[in-house]
Amino acid sequence: MSSFELQAENISKVFGRRLIFKDVDFSCKGNGIYGISGPNGSGKSTFLKIITGIISPTKGKVTHYFDGKLIESEDLHNFIGFVAPYVILYDEFTAVENIHFFSKIRGINFTQEKLDFLFQHFGLFDRKNDLVKGYSSGMKQRLKFIFALIHSPKILFFDEPTSNLDNSGKEKVYQTVKEESQNNIVIIASNEDSDLAICSSVLELQDFKNSKTDNK
Amino acid sequence: MIWKIVLFLLLAFVSVAGIAFPIVVKPEHWYEFPMIMGLGENAKIIFFHVPTAWLTVIAFFMSTVYSVKYLRNKDLVDDIKAHSAAQIGMVFCILATITGAVWAKFAWGSYWSWDPRQTSIFALLLIYGALFALRSAVEVEEKRAALSAVYSIIAFVTVPFFIFIMPRIMRGLHPGSADDTNAGTVVNFKMNGNMLLIFFLSLIGFTILYYWMWYVGYKSMLYKEKLNKQYH
Amino acid sequence: MSAYALFKKDLASELRTRYAINSLVMFIVVTISVILFSIGNEKISDFLSGGLFWVVIFFSAMSGLSRAFVSEEERGTTLTLQLIASPTTIFSGKLLFNLILVFAMNIVIAALYSTLFEAFVIKNVSLFLYAFILGNIGIAIASTLIASIIAKASSKGTLYPVLSFPILLPLMLTLIDLTKQAMDTTTFSSSYVELAILGCYDVVMIAASFMLFDFIWKD
Repeated sequence: MSSFELQAENISKVFGRRLIFKDVDFSCKGNGIYGISGPNGSGKSTFLKIITGIISPTKGKVTHYFDGKLIESEDLHNFIGFVAPYVILYDEFTAVENIHFFSKIRGINFTQEKLDFLFQHFGLFDRKNDLVKGYSSGMKQRLKFIFALIHSPKILFFDEPTSNLDNSGKEKVYQTVKEESQNNIVIIASNEDSDLAICSSVLELQDFKNSKTDNK
Repeated sequence: MIWKIVLFLLLAFVSVAGIAFPIVVKPEHWYEFPMIMGLGENAKIIFFHVPTAWLTVIAFFMSTVYSVKYLRNKDLVDDIKAHSAAQIGMVFCILATITGAVWAKFAWGSYWSWDPRQTSIFALLLIYGALFALRSAVEVEEKRAALSAVYSIIAFVTVPFFIFIMPRIMRGLHPGSADDTNAGTVVNFKMNGNMLLIFFLSLIGFTILYYWMWYVGYKSMLYKEKLNKQYH
Repeated sequence: MSAYALFKKDLASELRTRYAINSLVMFIVVTISVILFSIGNEKISDFLSGGLFWVVIFFSAMSGLSRAFVSEEERGTTLTLQLIASPTTIFSGKLLFNLILVFAMNIVIAALYSTLFEAFVIKNVSLFLYAFILGNIGIAIASTLIASIIAKASSKGTLYPVLSFPILLPLMLTLIDLTKQAMDTTTFSSSYVELAILGCYDVVMIAASFMLFDFIWKD
């Protein structure tokens, strides 16, 4: 079975003069649900962006492997599904148009069945041909999940996945997470206890905040 | 310390020699310069104008080299070195433009005539200005360093188009360009021994001055950074 | 192809919202009008009209070509793009969009200009065409790269021409010279070097852009 592996070693990030975290190690392989927790401002989103390869760490190394082979950063994007409050979709297009454009740009194909299934699963089937401009924040959040899953990624990153969602929405998310985690890696960054409860292990980012000033 | 004294003496000698030594038709003493047709007394500006122009290009080249280094290692010290070189390059560029315009007034009659070399030095001035405008528009250190580095490199890539291609194609008044039959290549053939000596001494002196200014510049920026970082 | 898909996305977005096209057309009209008014009834030489032609093109480019990256940055969709494509794809797609835009814009400008300025008469049309095509490609490449730089900075509107002008200057000088020659002679012989310069500029710029874009795009 093909498997994805992520390794992050000695990750530190400094913004200007502020140290966010220092010497964080994190690794995962194959499948499972991993959690990253920490209060607001502890750098959860930053850490998630670093291990996804979106931003670079100040120190440390992040590597991704698929079937034992190293994946270069230019090829990484189709292995990854990313859901976060700060992911923005194009509101001048309809939901379906967004997904179509993204898939063409990714260079992947999907079946109409899969598209319909995902829209049904997240309760957006009736509104799939409406402009995203008219979507509520909860609907946008659910559309982001469709965006993250349509290309069958091997590793999923969810930053505050249940924000803006009602209870049925949250249930859908947990159900999706559990299904995906059978064969793929799911990483959740959150403060919510219910989100972290389904994780098999949780990385507490607060532990890595070294508030001693660097003396050189 | 010894270098500073050597530099001071060198530049003092060059300044005095460059300005005070008389130009006569038939030089007899060691401190006299020959007359060059078409230039006369104005030839003395060569001791100051050419080094500044030479150095502004060297500074730009250095800035680009450190920019490339920064993009490879992401070490912010390289960015500071590039920035220091650009600052001094800007100063020398302004000096070169002004001394060039003064020479142009005496030799060709007007301060500015869009001769290819004048256009090139003006373009370099615009590049420096753009670089500083870019730096002041980006707050985040690493982003600022990366963007300035990329811009320096792109600007450097356009420099050959100016410096080598333009003068060959376009007609100009500058000594040494396609049209000028009078002054020719002033440096090589018409300057006699002692003029050449003063010229090269000036070049060397200014180069050492540049290197020293660059060194002091980047070190002081480094220390300022370190001091800022200590007060969290 | 991924880059082509990105171009189609931008095109579809533009056709649907028409944010940029409207203001761009008006900008061209305004710029040409300003020049017409400042000239008044004076007769201008053909060389001068040739130079002014490229002035209009430059400022129109500055008005329209930054949208490719700035709109993504302002809406927050830069991250979305980073998640779906490699930097090379992004640059290729945006470059393709700007190429089409530059050609469309400049054909309109050339048409308007030749009708409104009687002094603008091209004798050697094929020379002008070669220069026009190579020049537009160069403008598109350089402008796209600089647009990606300023998208990450503040005061983007004023910074864009400031950064673009030095980079585009060799291109502009050569184009103005070639336009002069196209108005003057009807032979190609003296223009080969300049056309070669244009070609070199295009090749060098595109190579440098692809190599450097990664550093601009990735944080």
